[in-house]
Amino acid sequence: MAHRTTSGAVLMDAICLHDFPGGLKLDPRKSAQTSRPISVLPTPARVWIPMLQHRGKPALVCAEVGQHVEIGTLLGRADGAFSANVHASLAGVITDISPRIIAHRSGLTSQCVEITASPEQPVCSEFLLEHDYHLEDPNILRRRVADAGIVGLGGASFPTALKLTAEADQSLHTLVINGAECAPYISCDESLMREHPADILRGVQILLHILQVNRCQIALEEDKTAAIDAIKSALEEVADPRLKLCLVHAKYPEGGERQLIQVLSGEEIPSDGLPVDIGYLCHNVGTAHAIFNMVCEGRALTSRIVTVCGDGVANPGNVLAPVGTPIHDLVDYCGGFADGDHRLIVGGPMMGFTVLNDQVPIDKGTNCILVMPESQARELSATMPCIRCGACEEVCPASLLPQQLYYHARSDQHDRLPSLNLFDCIECGCCDYVCPSNLPLTQYFRYAKDQLWLNIQQQQKAGVARERFEQREQRLQRQQQERDEARAARKKAARDAAQKKADIQAAVARAQARKQTEGKDP
Amino acid sequence: MLVAILSLTGMALILGGLLYLAHRRYTPRFEAAGDSVVDSINALLPQTQCGQCNFPGCRPYAEAIAAKEAPINQCPPGGEATIHSLAALLGQDALPLNPDNGNEAPPTVAFIHEDLCIGCKKCILACPVDAIVGAPKLMHTVIAAECTGCDLCVEPCPVDCIDMIELPETVNTWRTERPAVPY
Repeated sequence: MAHRTTSGAVLMDAICLHDFPGGLKLDPRKSAQTSRPISVLPTPARVWIPMLQHRGKPALVCAEVGQHVEIGTLLGRADGAFSANVHASLAGVITDISPRIIAHRSGLTSQCVEITASPEQPVCSEFLLEHDYHLEDPNILRRRVADAGIVGLGGASFPTALKLTAEADQSLHTLVINGAECAPYISCDESLMREHPADILRGVQILLHILQVNRCQIALEEDKTAAIDAIKSALEEVADPRLKLCLVHAKYPEGGERQLIQVLSGEEIPSDGLPVDIGYLCHNVGTAHAIFNMVCEGRALTSRIVTVCGDGVANPGNVLAPVGTPIHDLVDYCGGFADGDHRLIVGGPMMGFTVLNDQVPIDKGTNCILVMPESQARELSATMPCIRCGACEEVCPASLLPQQLYYHARSDQHDRLPSLNLFDCIECGCCDYVCPSNLPLTQYFRYAKDQLWLNIQQQQKAGVARERFEQREQRLQRQQQERDEARAARKKAARDAAQKKADIQAAVARAQARKQTEGKDP
Repeated sequence: MLVAILSLTGMALILGGLLYLAHRRYTPRFEAAGDSVVDSINALLPQTQCGQCNFPGCRPYAEAIAAKEAPINQCPPGGEATIHSLAALLGQDALPLNPDNGNEAPPTVAFIHEDLCIGCKKCILACPVDAIVGAPKLMHTVIAAECTGCDLCVEPCPVDCIDMIELPETVNTWRTERPAVPY
């Protein structure tokens, strides 16, 4: 039960009693990073800012080479609903706009804007709200969130403004602020909560105002004592009865949106539904901080905290870096690479992906750069056949049957997978982790999902083509019919005209004949 | 004796009748279904409208398949996948793609070299899905998103300014590869 102080603020909440199925207890390995405060990366010489840092289409470049920019100048405009604006993260000159390899699973290139830093770093604060945010219309604030290019900072990079439109949905009753950072190594949210708890709470209050909701649960794992203390004292200071701290057990993947809401509410989100279907909405603490930065400092989302960690880096830590900083600069700042071969993993050990060179720039969703010595990486050549042990099924947080999914995906029977709820897979990697045969299960599931999406897209495209073909056929038929009718009409007109002429001639002839007879008579 | 014969005969008749009803219910009977057969065949075809099957479009080919006038292996853009789904729908054996109709190739889109285009409108008339825009004596261009890659605009062009190109893979069109493991 919550204990209320005289000020009315909620001081403490008991540990959450609900749970989600499966999951893993993992060694946190966070102490090396969290033992030091957040350090601010010295201005890098140049950054490469990708136009694709979110789900959806890349932003459309609206700057040109040679242009002088400030921190926060708009570089790319969102293209479509799931896209987001991109702003300059350094002040300086745009020296190049060209495709470069970005931090993405595919390892492919996408348009990037190169900015070479100038000695001064002026900040553009166009989003600053002069008056109290309470007086502002939530719709205008929401549009500003979109303009400032704010995306979910938990890793999925989903445009935040889209998630805020749930306000129209009357069923929404609780905002969940996700501070549960359950994957090993990653500690950017934890350090943010430890050092800027008041700013986060302010951001949360702004979110509550935008959503017009009066209940907020801030979820933290029980083992993050320093962050809990910081948030608690900030909560006491704010004394806002709407905000409540909820402690959850440390279990991977607690930080997944669906899992966290299940733990907080005891309800499972429907398979094809969204959290808002059961009245919840989830935002990351980093996102709340970005909203605070926008409203109270006027800044667009141009930098983020990145956890640089792993045995391959000399001094691991949490670094505040501008978006677009090459990974190389970050690792250098943290003492450089240790001796030997390393693997660079963006996004943490469980859900991350490997990038092939250290010149790749970080983006808004890069929460962690893991430098893993090659000796620790998993050997894919050591895969063995599935022995049907069922370990994967025990740890699956979505209650799926990874073994069944694997058999169908492996034999390319993708059409059977939706009925086994493949799309509920959050790709957490728990099944991979426990598989005694070392099978790359999650990659099989990603592969199958992508194939199914491809089928759906092809069907949609075929549908459009069919419609256009049929419309064209109808048009051609109509035109032919119109031509035929016009021809018939012309023919008829010509015939009528000839008839008329003949009639007139006949009449004239008759008249003349009559005249002649009349002339003779008298 | 008589009771036994009668009861067994009765049971045989009842069960036989049930089996017949089940057969009627669960066997695909396309002859009676008419247009819906054509529609369900047409839904499996890729709608490229390229005419490589020797019919003027996907629907005419679907009509021919439904009338049992054409085999199911004449669609190169659909390839093996389409043949397999047609075979499953119609309860036929999957045949290999007929090489006389063409070979399976990666999808392409038409691209007009706009500096060479003389604006003759011939490609616009040839396009089965109205994916080319332009006016007489003015430059034409392809709406890439609507182009099915049917190839029909290439031949009529008097100045040969149309190429069929493969779209480059981007981050948004990229698909996860199949894991390169033996299991």
